[in-house]
Amino acid sequence: MAKQKLVLIGNGMAGVRTLEELLKLAPEQYDITVFGAEPHGNYNRILLSPVLAGEMQIQDIILNDLDWYAENGITLHVGKRVTQIDRIGRKVTADDGTRAEYDRLLIATGSRPFILPVPGKDLPGVIGYRDIADTQTMIATAASKKHAVVIGAGLLGLEAANGLILRGMDVTVVHLGEWIMERQLDKTAADMLQASLEGKGMKFRLAHQTTELLPGPDGRVGAVRFENGEEIPADLVVMAAGIRPDTALAEAAGLHCNRGIVVSDTLQTITDPRIYAVGECAAHRGVAYGLVAPLFEQAKVCANHLAQIGIARYQGSITSTKLKVTGIDVFSAGDFMGGAGTEAILLHDRCGGVYKKLVIKDDKLVGAVMYGDTVDGSWYFQLLREGKDLGELRDHLMFGQSYASSHLGDTGHAGASSAASLPDSAQVCGCNGVCKGTIVKAIQEKGLFTLDEVKKHTKAASSCGSCSGLVEQILASTLGGAYQAVDTTKKPVCGCTDHNHGEVRQAIKEQKLLSIPQVMQALAWKTPNGCATCRPALNYYLLSTWPHEAQDDPQSRFINERAHANIQKDGTYSVVPRMWGGLTTPAELRAIADVAEKYRVPTVKITGGQRIDLLGVKKEDLPKMWEDLNAAGMVSGHAYGKSIRTVKTCVGAEHCRFGTQRSMDLGVKLEKMLFAMGSPHKVKLAVSGCPRNCAEAGIKDVGVIGVDSGYEIYVAGNGGIKTEVAHFLCKARNDAEVMEISGAFLQLYREEGWYLERTVHYVSRVGLDYVKARVVDDLENRKALHERLLYALQGEPDPWAEIAQGPRRKEFIPITLAA
Amino acid sequence: MSQWKAICRLDDIPRLGAQVLTHPEGDIALFRTADDRVFALRDKCPHKGGPLSQGIVHGEQVTCPLHGWNLALETGEACAPDVGCAKKFPARVEGGVVLLEL
Repeated sequence: MAKQKLVLIGNGMAGVRTLEELLKLAPEQYDITVFGAEPHGNYNRILLSPVLAGEMQIQDIILNDLDWYAENGITLHVGKRVTQIDRIGRKVTADDGTRAEYDRLLIATGSRPFILPVPGKDLPGVIGYRDIADTQTMIATAASKKHAVVIGAGLLGLEAANGLILRGMDVTVVHLGEWIMERQLDKTAADMLQASLEGKGMKFRLAHQTTELLPGPDGRVGAVRFENGEEIPADLVVMAAGIRPDTALAEAAGLHCNRGIVVSDTLQTITDPRIYAVGECAAHRGVAYGLVAPLFEQAKVCANHLAQIGIARYQGSITSTKLKVTGIDVFSAGDFMGGAGTEAILLHDRCGGVYKKLVIKDDKLVGAVMYGDTVDGSWYFQLLREGKDLGELRDHLMFGQSYASSHLGDTGHAGASSAASLPDSAQVCGCNGVCKGTIVKAIQEKGLFTLDEVKKHTKAASSCGSCSGLVEQILASTLGGAYQAVDTTKKPVCGCTDHNHGEVRQAIKEQKLLSIPQVMQALAWKTPNGCATCRPALNYYLLSTWPHEAQDDPQSRFINERAHANIQKDGTYSVVPRMWGGLTTPAELRAIADVAEKYRVPTVKITGGQRIDLLGVKKEDLPKMWEDLNAAGMVSGHAYGKSIRTVKTCVGAEHCRFGTQRSMDLGVKLEKMLFAMGSPHKVKLAVSGCPRNCAEAGIKDVGVIGVDSGYEIYVAGNGGIKTEVAHFLCKARNDAEVMEISGAFLQLYREEGWYLERTVHYVSRVGLDYVKARVVDDLENRKALHERLLYALQGEPDPWAEIAQGPRRKEFIPITLAA
Repeated sequence: MSQWKAICRLDDIPRLGAQVLTHPEGDIALFRTADDRVFALRDKCPHKGGPLSQGIVHGEQVTCPLHGWNLALETGEACAPDVGCAKKFPARVEGGVVLLEL
């Protein structure tokens, strides 16, 4: 079958981004032709301001050079403006007569500067601020002329004015509104910003209406006249009073336009399903976005439909604004003005030059505006996008992320809010030794936009992930307005699918999917058999949703779970026999000693989970060691799995003079109940016999502390990457109740947790109140959860014995060739 | 002189899995794809020497178990943005028997 033809009109960020997303999904589907009115490849329009300010060069902001188009087999027509779309003949014609036929058409013509309809608007020296040509005109004019007038004190106008001042011009900003950037700032923040810009030499005429542009003696523009009759000199007039979607071409083709080309949630024009529109020219639910982040979201969705996958929907974006004027920090997002039904938290330090306003509605952050100190902008923006209930966070909200997290615990985004102030030499990722400078350089040189891209290119945040928050902040401060915080709750499982963990779990449950190929088919996986990220997740979801029905797939497990031992850096393994509740016997110790000698185990170590680790074992020796340990009555400790690890205990009332409860006894019972339990991530328990808590129950997934009247149960603690103190769940009267409640909590986590999500992250996602409602208050549900857990674990064999005696044993023995 | 040698039966390698062949110059990993093609690479990741045979096989790639590098089974080349290569050995399957050119 011949390839379909895709034509893109508009060689800018939104259109080309759509092509990039499309090429990732379906590289062979289309013959692609691109028309661009400008004589360049795709460049980063947002960075024109730094170019104007002399901080960057044109070549620094090119995103796709001409080679990129050639490498991807794209026919590129630069410097050709499409003048006609023939929807019946399905072809487009450019101003030089070039024609191209299409099966699908993508319009990404962007926007035009709004040119005030005043006399003199067509004089030489009157320009908009939109593209490389405008920027070059400004740079050239600044070299020989003195007076510049910028009309419009929005983001673009102020950035233009700042650049022209740095280029040595005398700049007056004229604005119709009463304060500058009124669409992004409230009056207080705007006044502070204005004062600071005035300090740089910028002059302002606010509440001034321009009525005429007057020619000078050389025929170029020479002065600006206002409504009050006053005139000021102007050798250059930059119109930055807003943008208008460039819809002329679309309108001429009969496509319905209303403040933009009207598109549906699939980015298809509502008039013609063969035609798509993205970016500043498109109007989605009445909004035409002028910032880059929403365009990228649109690009993703549009590409998905062009690739005929057809499952993504664009539902609008919340936007944030950051002014790119070096040395001045302004940030705003959402509904920052507030109004009926909202409350505001304010911090205003006029002398210190700091102003922050947070707007809250129904216990959710709905808007923020900040001046002077914006390091927490991306954090506030994330809270805003996720629409999380603030709860107790509210009291600390104003003081920023690092303060709030030091008081409330961090929920996995352990990033101090200090990215902007860090020196380039500061180490960001401790696992892989990556410095801030390396990350910033990669972001700029490789054109990275997302955390995942930074992970791939620099390895920062790709191991333990605890610096993800910091890396995201570096991204945000490096990219400015182009940064789009990823909403982790909606993030796809991996590159093989657009579905997130929640959707996958739901589909497996609702459609009763029982195998990985079934899931991949039902959810239209993009790869034939997944990857090392999604396969283990799917395998877990199947087994935890359909116990005794879904089949385990060893090849979809990480090596540790496949080999039932922990792989070490030299390719050897470690063996940890289970010691129930941390208890052992002389006979077991003797057997371990024998095994260690027999197989020449180089290192024997006591683990943190109260058992013994035999390190440096060859894979082929594993089944033999297991047989010997099995013979002495020992089984796998599952020290290698996303599963129950240990139940740590103190000696408790059995021996301890302070003990109030028999902690060893309960620990052993809990560990036996949970034997071989698989889970989204590892699970550790502890039982202490009294509040002295020698078993360190406060940092376990489930921690039980004996008190005189019974037990206190704590959940979702973590002793790992980011130490997290467990939350008090409830009291229990006796051992049986502890077992039922712990079991129910873990079953809830097993059924709802996302793969590789520890209990601390799960509970922070769903909320402790939710967990309490399901596990503590609803007795029937608690019982049902506990029963489902017991059913799932029924008859779970010791994996060591199973392999040592079964057909998989041969996988452990390498092939040798006869000499 | 290199020559083709019979190594094992195809069934000795799990589908979407691997098996190790010991070799005096270093272990060789034999991979089997979902559609029963077999590839052979030196069992040593170019990154930090991890045993590739222990990784997860997907499509025509294997993910190293130590630090998650992806390598193309066909060429042994690391997938972008990582750079490196594991030595490749020609392999084929004939009548259910895996042959390797050594």
